[in-house]
Amino acid sequence: MNRHVPPHIAAAEARANGEGAAGCTDVAPIKQRGQHEVFCGLTSIIWLHRKVQDAFFLIVGSRTCAHLMQSAAGVMIFAEPRFGTAIIDDRDLSGMADMYEELDKVVDRLIARRPDIRMLVLVGSCPSEVIKLDLGRAAQKLNARMAPHVRVLSYSGSGIETTFTQGEDNFLHALVEATPKAAPDAPRQLLVAGCLADVVEDQFTRIFNGLGIDNVHFLPARAAGEVPPIGANTTVLMAQPYLTETAKLLARRGADVLIAPFPLGEEGTTAWLRAAADAFDVPGDRFDAITGAGRERAAKAVSLYRERLEGKRVFFFPDSQMEPSLARFLSREAGADILEVGTPYLNKGHMAPDLALLPDTVRLAEGQDVDKQIDRCRADDPDLIICGMGLGNPFEAEGRTTKWSIEFAFTPIQGYEQAGDLAELFARPIRRRDLLQVEV
Amino acid sequence: MQLTVWTYEGPPHVGAMRVATGMKGLHYVLHAPQGDTYADLLFTMIERRKERPPVTYTTFQARDLGADTAEIFKTACREAVERFDPQAIIVGASCTAELIQDDPGGLAKTLDLNVPVIPLELPSYQKKENWGAAETFFQLVRGLAGGRTPEPKPEGAPKSCNILGPTALGFRHRDDVTEITRLLGALGVAVNVVAPMGATPHDLTRLPNADFNVVLYPEIAGTAAQWLKRTYRQPVVETVPMGVNATREFVREVAALTDTDPEPVIAEADERFSWYSRSIDSNYLTGKRVFIFGDATHAIAAARVAEHELGFKVCGLGTYSREFARDVRAAAQQYGVEALITDDHLEVEDAIVAAQPELVLGTQMERHIAKRLRIGCAVISAPVHVQDFPARYSPFMGFEGANVMFDSFVHPLVMGLEEHLLGMFREDFEFNDGAQASHLAALHAGANHETIEIPEARTAPDDKTQDLVANEGMAASFGSLSWTSDAEQELRKIPFFVRGKARRNTELFATEKGVNPITIETLYDAKAHFGR
Repeated sequence: MNRHVPPHIAAAEARANGEGAAGCTDVAPIKQRGQHEVFCGLTSIIWLHRKVQDAFFLIVGSRTCAHLMQSAAGVMIFAEPRFGTAIIDDRDLSGMADMYEELDKVVDRLIARRPDIRMLVLVGSCPSEVIKLDLGRAAQKLNARMAPHVRVLSYSGSGIETTFTQGEDNFLHALVEATPKAAPDAPRQLLVAGCLADVVEDQFTRIFNGLGIDNVHFLPARAAGEVPPIGANTTVLMAQPYLTETAKLLARRGADVLIAPFPLGEEGTTAWLRAAADAFDVPGDRFDAITGAGRERAAKAVSLYRERLEGKRVFFFPDSQMEPSLARFLSREAGADILEVGTPYLNKGHMAPDLALLPDTVRLAEGQDVDKQIDRCRADDPDLIICGMGLGNPFEAEGRTTKWSIEFAFTPIQGYEQAGDLAELFARPIRRRDLLQVEV
Repeated sequence: MQLTVWTYEGPPHVGAMRVATGMKGLHYVLHAPQGDTYADLLFTMIERRKERPPVTYTTFQARDLGADTAEIFKTACREAVERFDPQAIIVGASCTAELIQDDPGGLAKTLDLNVPVIPLELPSYQKKENWGAAETFFQLVRGLAGGRTPEPKPEGAPKSCNILGPTALGFRHRDDVTEITRLLGALGVAVNVVAPMGATPHDLTRLPNADFNVVLYPEIAGTAAQWLKRTYRQPVVETVPMGVNATREFVREVAALTDTDPEPVIAEADERFSWYSRSIDSNYLTGKRVFIFGDATHAIAAARVAEHELGFKVCGLGTYSREFARDVRAAAQQYGVEALITDDHLEVEDAIVAAQPELVLGTQMERHIAKRLRIGCAVISAPVHVQDFPARYSPFMGFEGANVMFDSFVHPLVMGLEEHLLGMFREDFEFNDGAQASHLAALHAGANHETIEIPEARTAPDDKTQDLVANEGMAASFGSLSWTSDAEQELRKIPFFVRGKARRNTELFATEKGVNPITIETLYDAKAHFGR
């Protein structure tokens, strides 16, 4: 077998041999404490409730939580969503009403209205965490009453504990916890962890099957009951970079959790697939045969936007934890010059391969003091700012060019066939700026 | 504990943000966890504001709870004053911080800041957005305008007033203020201060200098105006100038306060509403059933315009503003309907289905409901959507506001001759109810090509949503009635926008006369009995 050395491993080996820095692996991130201009973990329900088609996410929280969901959900997706909020009121807080009984009533009403629901997920919020409402216990009691027709899980998506995509991490953690352990002789399986668009899952499934890996599952699955038993038979390939807690639990279950660059762009996707291929001992020529066409298409599609992105100075505000991978793609495949990569939380272990591929001139920032970060951004005067919706228009009004970061969480960008779309997302604001003959 | 999917109002601190963001030179230090910053995007995205809202969120985390969240608040407060250099600050807590009881007001007072600090107590688990806005504005006015002596007016200076109520993220507030300022100018009245929108904390100290107050949005400025009336004896103009007649009354009320003649202003108004409504092509508007829901002020005004200025029939009227329930009930009584006071949009949907309207005037929530039911709709009230901040001048108040209302209320309807043709040639393969009215291109696309947004569990995924829903609504009231298949066929020949009414009338008639099943004869007997 030809031993192919993926670029991130080559970089790491060079560092170990004292032959220079491994990208920005050793860059100490800026850590400032101040206002975080990010969503809380509840917000990941916006894609989770569409992904798992027989689940309902019931937030136990305040009017603020409900208002957040409706505002963040792109100003109301009006098909009746499979999420809702049980709003705590002063009767609950003053003890006039028993909150667990109140929650039971809400759940009964909900299940009566939505008999199609097979999995009910109680989601904790800032208020429910602060008053120490035990949703785990509530879920247990409800399970005793409603299983097997409806399974009840719980997790916290509160803003005092989670940022945006960490909500999905906590949900997947709860999902794995509720999944049985695989028998010792269970057949080997590949588990791709982290929510992906359906179309991307289908593409990856075809590639894995082509590589001879037939037993492939996705977490979360499209239906509540489809998660397979998990144990030592399981090799985990993380499709998303924000699965710190889920990965820990999977490892405790005996699963082998692979560390690879995340599947963004041609290079990332290839390295990511190769991690699985190597784990399943796929011969190198077969790997090349199966991925060859996709690699070529991805490289070609990205090249269409390279001219617009090459040499552009880019600043990332924190949002989804995908920032280091996005920056790596933009730097390596589009030739952009990355100034700062902000991320709400930096898992140096999971991110190591992507960090190794980023130049050591990149500034890393973990957490946020938004005012100081805005100061740095203005001082840098970048060509493109990747930021949340609260900052986008104010920056545009200053004559700067921005891209909403939330689109990276809401658009299929992983894999070969989406590499061009990913490049286009970055290129569009620049193209638009060049196109418009109106000044602000 | 209440199960909620969509809400008409946010929490009260979002009301405070609307006041703060509308003003200049004011900063809001909000004790809140991360995530509550989502509210910023309401202003930067929906209203496309060019600046971030002037709000600092303390962003405490779980690990701070056992330690010192109060210190985090104090640091945030000190740094915000240093960085943003405001004329005054308001301080308060969001829902989570309310539970940890750090007392932001008390903490801020210990900091010896060199600016006035106005503490806010906004109970998140009892109150909502509009109440929060009203309370915040009231506290600001009391805190900044209290204890002043009105400055003496120079000889010969014109009478002046304050315009109170407009905020950030308000429904058409931007243009209403321009329109009413112009109207007051025509009456020779100078505007002293517009607040909260555009005002600085310093401007609020000048409020007592005006001769009287104009309250455009009682939900927001009612409390503050009453306090100014009690404290500085400033009269309040009570009429909200929405619709032709209300605007005329407003002009007369202002004129009475300022001792001027209102009639030239009324006579010279650039107002087309009245003539358009009298014009013969508006005949077909007569008796159109309209369902109205929104904040109290807009709902009451829209009902008056609909019934008395356009000749519609108000078949439903309601509000989510519980604080103003009494006013809406009184208005509903005039139109012979029972007011719907709720903040549950599913209840509103049920009421719309039951009322069988031909037009819905509501919020973005009702717009979606109406779209699903294939009923024409115009938005008349917050909660707002990016579309409610049109690029063009588009007030709802004053005479131009009346013109805007005419267009907004009439255009969603199936127009005169088209209505007749649809009724005459029901079987035309291109021109029928399935194909929407030709001028409603968007609606047409919505009905046929886009995915129809049907609530998943509530309605079967059938194209004939309108009929289905009509049937469902009826099932409750006329459970045991049946229709012969001939009669059912004949009913289908009636255009969809009046079919619900025909079904309802026929079944009512059949129940009264004890007829069952309903035949073609019954259908026409009922038609003769009720008239169109």
